[in-house]
Amino acid sequence: MGAQTEKRLVGRPVPRKEGRDKVTGQARYVDDLVFPGMLHGATVRSPAARGRIHAIQFGEGIPWDEFTIVTAKDIPGENGVALLVPDQPCLADSVVNHPEEPIVLLAHPDNYLLEEARRAVRIEVEPLPAVFTIEDSESKKEVIWGEDNVFKSYLVEKGNVDEVCAHADFIVEGEYRTGAQEQLYIENNGMIAVADPLKGVTVWGSLQCPYYVHKALMTLFGLPAEKIRVIQAETGGGFGGKEEYPSIIAGHAALLAWKSGKPVKIVYDRAEDMAATTKRHPSRTRHRTAVSKDGRLLGMEIDFVIDGGAYTTLSPVVLSRGTIHAAGPYFCPNVRIRSRAVATNAPPHGAFRGFGAPQSIFALERHMDRVARAVGLSPEEFRRRNFIQPGQATATGQVIREDVNMNHLLDRGLELSGYHEKTERFARENPGQQRKKGIGFASFMHGAGFTGSGEEHLASVVEVEATPQGRVRVLAASTEIGQGTNTVFSQIAAEALGLEYDRIEISKPDTAKVPNSGPTVASRTCMVVGKLVESATLGLKQTLIGSGLLQEGFSSAEFERACKRYIETQGPLRARSQYQPPPGIHWDDVRYQGDAYGTYAWAVYVAEVTVDMVTFETEVNDFVAVQEVGKVIHPVLAAGQIEGGVAQAIGYALYENVVWNEGRMLNSQMTNYLMPTAVDVPRIRVFFEELHYPYGPAGAKGIGELPMDGTAPAIVNAIENATGVSLHQIPVTPESLMEALAPLEQAGARG
Amino acid sequence: MADGAGKVEIACTVNGERRRFRAYPMARLLDVLREDLRLTGTKEGCGEGECGACTVWIDGEIVNSCLVPVLQVEGSQITTIEGIASGDQLHAVQEAFISCGGAQCGICTPGMVMAAVNLLERTPHPSEAEIRAWLAGNLCRCTGYMKILEAVVRACQAKGVRR
Repeated sequence: MGAQTEKRLVGRPVPRKEGRDKVTGQARYVDDLVFPGMLHGATVRSPAARGRIHAIQFGEGIPWDEFTIVTAKDIPGENGVALLVPDQPCLADSVVNHPEEPIVLLAHPDNYLLEEARRAVRIEVEPLPAVFTIEDSESKKEVIWGEDNVFKSYLVEKGNVDEVCAHADFIVEGEYRTGAQEQLYIENNGMIAVADPLKGVTVWGSLQCPYYVHKALMTLFGLPAEKIRVIQAETGGGFGGKEEYPSIIAGHAALLAWKSGKPVKIVYDRAEDMAATTKRHPSRTRHRTAVSKDGRLLGMEIDFVIDGGAYTTLSPVVLSRGTIHAAGPYFCPNVRIRSRAVATNAPPHGAFRGFGAPQSIFALERHMDRVARAVGLSPEEFRRRNFIQPGQATATGQVIREDVNMNHLLDRGLELSGYHEKTERFARENPGQQRKKGIGFASFMHGAGFTGSGEEHLASVVEVEATPQGRVRVLAASTEIGQGTNTVFSQIAAEALGLEYDRIEISKPDTAKVPNSGPTVASRTCMVVGKLVESATLGLKQTLIGSGLLQEGFSSAEFERACKRYIETQGPLRARSQYQPPPGIHWDDVRYQGDAYGTYAWAVYVAEVTVDMVTFETEVNDFVAVQEVGKVIHPVLAAGQIEGGVAQAIGYALYENVVWNEGRMLNSQMTNYLMPTAVDVPRIRVFFEELHYPYGPAGAKGIGELPMDGTAPAIVNAIENATGVSLHQIPVTPESLMEALAPLEQAGARG
Repeated sequence: MADGAGKVEIACTVNGERRRFRAYPMARLLDVLREDLRLTGTKEGCGEGECGACTVWIDGEIVNSCLVPVLQVEGSQITTIEGIASGDQLHAVQEAFISCGGAQCGICTPGMVMAAVNLLERTPHPSEAEIRAWLAGNLCRCTGYMKILEAVVRACQAKGVRR
């Protein structure tokens, strides 16, 4: 049994699979790759937010005959980026719908001359009236998309909100807004393509979802699946920002390669990446909440709107997740959530860690503090009276079957952060101080995996393959983007076999070699795809046992011998596993009712802040993150996910302010778009509760997006605790805080 | 531009090896390292000296190589991430980055390691505040910096910090 215990890999901080390559600079990212005869590619973009393209002028002084030039007319297949709805062109043809929309592509061997050439192309656009805000889009003063500027809307209804609102003891209303946020992976987007009409198209790049790019290239070139190959290079961060846009860059690089007959590399610089690619959707949420005298939620009416930008892209699914998370981890008998994704003439907003939930949860968790105050309860007590319990149903009618205990998470969070002592002390010590302290928290949950029937539609597949040397290779399209896919899959496979971690190899995602295990998004890689790794590996083991070559309780040497024998006598030793939904999961896409997610991670986050009443700067001094995420496969990687997500959300709450001018990002530089540095983040203290989830690998659930959801509201609740000012919008920059505090200060001065 | 007109000859030492090459005087050291010398461990994140992904040492001082015209390195000693390990033997900071989880996506890691090793060569036992201040010019979007700070502390504790 000793040997067995030693072999347990799940729950142990084994070294990251590709760690050595990363710390020595040997890991090869797309910009590190060079192909013989390679050209560099550049993109000429729309100068206007909306209009008709009149002319494309190629300026003087550039040897244009040396350049490969591609416009929409050079596209062999359909001019569309295949995703949900085919409304977004790969290259704008006669009209443009947002600033930075790609129109002309250029390629040349000399990167410096290429940049000069890009600047020498002038696009003449006859402007059309454009729309830049949610309100202008809703007013339909200009219809820029479809019949009503609405990409998608949902209605979730439970009970009868109107009836309870008419008779409730308290009605509390509020409106909340969140800004756009740039993913700001440190590696910009990039892609290299090789293409020819006979062999087809191959791309290497920085990406999260190889098969999304694969599908997009099939459509763009009108080629069959086997003529398109997508290979992931080492990827320097994604956070959702490399979910959809790589399909566009891959298409651009491939079009230039197709026309020039040479390999073409397109790597964006920071300014282009920030200005042109997707960001988190800005949002507006309105709450109207009916509460009884004893502080019980009677009715929640929620109106949730996100700004989708100019094309549909992923907005319908971002909206869906935001909608489903809008009522949070509370039980309320009557709920109505209306939601819309609306069109504006900005570059399309897209996937970013949390995917709609950070927006609606910010609104909810700010609102819950305000409702508590309105009914005369502490934020803590009000939530305790309303936390959802096992057996109760969510807004979509999903009955909670797990042993959720939000009260316990709240107890731990408040105790670990010293919440009660600090609340009292700050109230006592703050008056008269320039630097005021505050503490606040948020309670929330995050559904893991695709929403509703999404996982069934994906029907993901994983394969494992053994070598004659007894090594086991995992074949999946799930990408390593820093979160630890390679390491966690190796742990899961090794654990399933009872063999060493080093025996497992992870095949590089390459659509010519790996099956489609779905996109690397939605906190699904460990929980959903990891489960397939586990079951495929168990299948491989069963094949050996079933063939009589191996017996349970085998050693490494016996496993090696069995693999060798099997392959010699029967051929390749492989096993595959395809997604099956957990039993009892039902989802109704039409009524938007049922089990929205197979399971949720649950959390309480507590933030402690200091607000300087002269400079209006807010600093976060302590952060406690308590969460229940099922079995933790790798404690260091899991804590790293939470810490990284909390830091990103500190930026969302306090610093990261996208400044817009007519649909164009003005501060597309790291100099003026600020993300947290090593001196801006506090100690982030991470605590896990581990309840075995029976349908995840070794009991694990999803984790990656969770920390993005609750951090910002916890911080803003703490700012209210410190200053007494109720803020409804993030980011809370010093400027916005100064404006919010000015009326209070004047009142204070008068009083 | 392809004929090399306007290029000048530069001589310097890179990772202990004497190098002599022709380059445009205002070419960024970052590009010369990556493209001409094929030392691609040094990364570009922002191109304007904000992110620190391109951190290298010139004569023992950490610099953002995206802001250095190559002309300035004539006669200098340059160290890049490729010069930190001794053969197969990783530096204590590199070992600690692996064991503490200091590298996630890895794109900031070379610059972060260059900054951290440089700190420990000056201050073998820095305080947490000193580590944070020293690394504030190196941005990481994955880790929230916690595991990086842990890694630097662990590297201080490990034997043989100084190569």
